[in-house]
Amino acid sequence: MNTQTAPILEIKDLKISLPKGADRPFALQGLNLTVRPGEIVCMVGESGSGKSLSAGAIMRLLPEPHVSVADGSITFEGEDILSKTENEMRALRGNRISMIFQEPMTALNPQKTVGWQMDEVLKLHLNASRKERYERAIEMLGQVHIPDPESAYNAYPHQISGGQRQRVMIAMALSLSPKLVIADEPTTALDVTTQLQILKLIRELQQKDGAGVLFITHDFGVVAEIADHVIVLRKGEVVEQGSADQVLNTPNHPYTQALIASVPDLQPPAPKPLTSLPVVLKGTGLKKTFTARGGLLSGKRKAVAAVKDLSFQLHQGETLGVVGESGSGKTTVSRLVTRLLDADSGAVEVDDTDLLACTPPELRAMRKHIQMVFQDPMASLNPRKRVVDIIAQGPIVHGEDPEKARARARDLLELVELSPAAANRFPHEFSGGQRQRIGIARALAMEPKVIVADEPVSALDVSVQAQVLKLLADLRDRMNLSLLFVTHDLRVAAQLCDRIIVMQRGEIVESGFTADVFAAPQHPYTKNLLSSIPGRSWTPPVRKIDAA
Amino acid sequence: MTVLDTDLRPAEPPRYVMFWRRYRRNRAALLGLILFTLVILMAAIAGIVDSGDPLRRAGPPLTAPFIDASIPLGTDQLGRNILSQLFYGARISLLVGVVATLISILIGIVIGAISGYFGGWVDDLLMRITEAFQTIPNFVLLLTLVAILGSKIEWITFAIGIVSWTAPARMVRAEFMSLRNREFVDAARNLGVSNSALIFKEILPNALPPIIVYASVIMAMAILLESALAFLGLGDPNYASWGNMIGQGRAVLRTAWYCSAIPGIAIVLTVLSFSLLGEGLNDAMNPRQKQ
Repeated sequence: MNTQTAPILEIKDLKISLPKGADRPFALQGLNLTVRPGEIVCMVGESGSGKSLSAGAIMRLLPEPHVSVADGSITFEGEDILSKTENEMRALRGNRISMIFQEPMTALNPQKTVGWQMDEVLKLHLNASRKERYERAIEMLGQVHIPDPESAYNAYPHQISGGQRQRVMIAMALSLSPKLVIADEPTTALDVTTQLQILKLIRELQQKDGAGVLFITHDFGVVAEIADHVIVLRKGEVVEQGSADQVLNTPNHPYTQALIASVPDLQPPAPKPLTSLPVVLKGTGLKKTFTARGGLLSGKRKAVAAVKDLSFQLHQGETLGVVGESGSGKTTVSRLVTRLLDADSGAVEVDDTDLLACTPPELRAMRKHIQMVFQDPMASLNPRKRVVDIIAQGPIVHGEDPEKARARARDLLELVELSPAAANRFPHEFSGGQRQRIGIARALAMEPKVIVADEPVSALDVSVQAQVLKLLADLRDRMNLSLLFVTHDLRVAAQLCDRIIVMQRGEIVESGFTADVFAAPQHPYTKNLLSSIPGRSWTPPVRKIDAA
Repeated sequence: MTVLDTDLRPAEPPRYVMFWRRYRRNRAALLGLILFTLVILMAAIAGIVDSGDPLRRAGPPLTAPFIDASIPLGTDQLGRNILSQLFYGARISLLVGVVATLISILIGIVIGAISGYFGGWVDDLLMRITEAFQTIPNFVLLLTLVAILGSKIEWITFAIGIVSWTAPARMVRAEFMSLRNREFVDAARNLGVSNSALIFKEILPNALPPIIVYASVIMAMAILLESALAFLGLGDPNYASWGNMIGQGRAVLRTAWYCSAIPGIAIVLTVLSFSLLGEGLNDAMNPRQKQ
């Protein structure tokens, strides 16, 4: 890139201090960073690495006085940001530096129309008539490729889709042609296909305006897609920086190597011969429609079909992936199969017993055959119970002697590679990955025939994700488990699943061996999904075995 | 290099230690705790301070405080010892406060839990009943109940419990509605746990902290309600209660103000101690709410 031009943003030896009692004294230590015009600098790191705080420091939006800049300098277009008054900063924010947030739903005010919110930004910083401002807003909405900008202008945030909301955020951020755009995980909450479009959009608009972009992400696929320059952070320290090509393909620091090695590659496992294996879980003709309950006097609202006529078979020892974007009904499938939700019609057979036809007591007895690992490691463990009781609960409910069940719970902790000391602690004392391990141990405690895993790794950092996936794969092979694995992440699906089902709007559009589907997708939706995987053209360098 | 995730963080100190640490951060809450302890002490040592009947004649009527050492806070118009009435009154106030609160919280938890957990028509029905109770002003309902049941202290306590369960019921319902969809509840259901165990063993412990905090408010309110009843002359005349004292002292308010002022101060401090206590409990039990 044009390294000669004057940098837009220059950070030197930035140090951000944390309040007493935090896990480390400084959130960020000795950050050096330069963003030049027309350059996209990616800041990569796992949660807690201090990447979002550095964005806060540039915007001067740190939660002071608890967290404050202790040392170093931030220079924006030759001006020292740290010595500016609050009023000077206000003139800068939104105008010459703007920010795109992670969660477009919460970053937009739900009570105001999109147009009102765009107009507010323009009104604050631009001395223009109402008509000019309106035209500018419409022009920006057009630039971010929102179909029918006029109607979007008058819409409320909940009336447009998540991807469109993020486009609105980008339009707002770029409407004053800022010199620096800070994007804090702008695509993390979006589906892959939307993500790719948004990434392309940021690239396109930034090239047109020549702005510098500081892009914060945890996803190496996204980095591969968009970055010119990469900075890898770990616990507040820069472990490596360099050009995208250099960091991605020849990482020097062991941490970067480990991180990159944790990115699941797109090599599906070889197909297993299935004809000889017995079917352990069979779904036939499953249907579920959600009807919103109206009030006492108001009529029924429109029903939404979440799953339309779904049938599948899961063989012993096999992993079946259910893949789809948000709204495809894949989570509903996981709830129907475990009968946490009642299906409208259809059958779920575990060992030739139809789960959906069971009476409540029969169902309670059947539940031990089909267990579940949940998505949110924070929410899926009862915060008021000790780990040992959480794991032993199932067997105790099904009549096992409490002492024996607890002893076995301790063994299971070992099986999921946690120290036995964990047994007497409460869930909040664990990290996300550890909690997910506890969740797996809870499912295993019942010695189920089938485990349904609903996005079990989507809330975890990549390196942790890789470890949990590896554990799942290990356990599956060792204990001959059958897994129904629901995920939105095709990379994860490629790692673990023997066969996959691709769902769109409640229907199966394609199914088959993972390897076959990945190599030659038939349905246009599958093709689109596969081509939207961020960084699909980048193959991580030779992985080191010791990474996990 | 490995980035292994299985190493545990250092163990936390036991729960009660953490609780006390957070509680004592709030100075006002400490004051509340001290006041509360004082009231309990008063109730406990009432028998030592005066081993006789507190309603017997102890000296000449309307003796002002600090005149006679044997009756340090003076006497009322019937010559009864104000100090010993005050100590025995603490018993009544605490008894009414604690028992009425237990009754109201218990009803509130059962109705709120069932309503919030099952939803649908069960919720509709129970909430309409709750609303029916809420539309009648507390005190009017209390007067009616006491008029029907009679003004024995047991009935008064019961009636206070009956008029104050609606707020905790709505609170428990709201907690249950947000908790019942959490994944840990689904997880337990998926283990085959029955509905009643889900309600009382899984969800209730998580719903309790705000209820316990609110209990302190109900306790304060119960004491005030009892005093108000007694002030109107509807209290149980067989017991020395602060409300009775104020109610009777009202007649001589201009000449002997201390007859009503002293129990009045006791009520103010007791109610204050409960609300400070409640605030401290809130800080200690919902640490994330306020930072």
